[in-house]
Amino acid sequence: MESGLTLNHFLAVSGVLFAIGFAGVLIRRNIIVIFMCLELMLSAANLTLVAFSRFNTTEAGLPDYNGQVLLFFIITVAAAEVAVGLAIIVALFRARQTTDVTQIVSMKN
Amino acid sequence: MTFLFYLFAALAVIGGIGVVANKNPVSSAFAMILSFLGLAALFIQLDAYLVGILQVLVYAGAIMVLFLFIVMLLDLEDEEGRRFGFFSTAGAVIVAGGLLMVVSGVLKRFEEGEKVLKPLKAMKDAPSDAHQIGELLFTTYWFPIQVIGMLLLVSTIGVIVLSKRQLR
Repeated sequence: MESGLTLNHFLAVSGVLFAIGFAGVLIRRNIIVIFMCLELMLSAANLTLVAFSRFNTTEAGLPDYNGQVLLFFIITVAAAEVAVGLAIIVALFRARQTTDVTQIVSMKN
Repeated sequence: MTFLFYLFAALAVIGGIGVVANKNPVSSAFAMILSFLGLAALFIQLDAYLVGILQVLVYAGAIMVLFLFIVMLLDLEDEEGRRFGFFSTAGAVIVAGGLLMVVSGVLKRFEEGEKVLKPLKAMKDAPSDAHQIGELLFTTYWFPIQVIGMLLLVSTIGVIVLSKRQLR
């Protein structure tokens, strides 16, 4: 079965998702949503890894599983990062009663 | 197959836009789950079954539940009416648009990107991808997985320390 899908299709989706996440980090002021956008960017990078792993086949004709192992590590690190980051956000909220990044300026002056 | 690709790619992108555009953090989190489900479907279309399942379990399951839990824990109702700043929106659109232009320019010249997605016949007889990834994890990547284990332990302890009432 011949499908018209190329590697570029997947890389383009990944690029669009990364750009959306990046724009979200710049636009949003709620620190939790900023954190979600960071996760979105990580996932976009994951899609690139899987796409390259699938299209660069080994001699045996299998996908290159090294890329998927790297993705496994990225998912694990992302999970640890979310746990620590959200704990920091909760501590910040306790100290300042806000999650708006424009209100947290004590390092500014 | 091409139709499914466009369907799930649209799901992922619309979910991503929903994360940025929704004012309510809870709606953002649900849009994010939608986006992750679309991405997981794309992974499965790329024959990465284990990774697709992990994406659903870890991202759409565990991580987003954590986000929703924190949003619920912190009372964020008054954030809803806030408008986005004009300059930050304009800057973000310019920077993200520039990024997209660079990506499209690179992809246009990337000749290997013209490879067509063909079914891999060798995958039928080979061990499953979970088997292959597991074998790599415990042979070639034995040291990184130990480091990751330490990282998880350290982050667990860190979260417990951070969550204590008095932070000194």
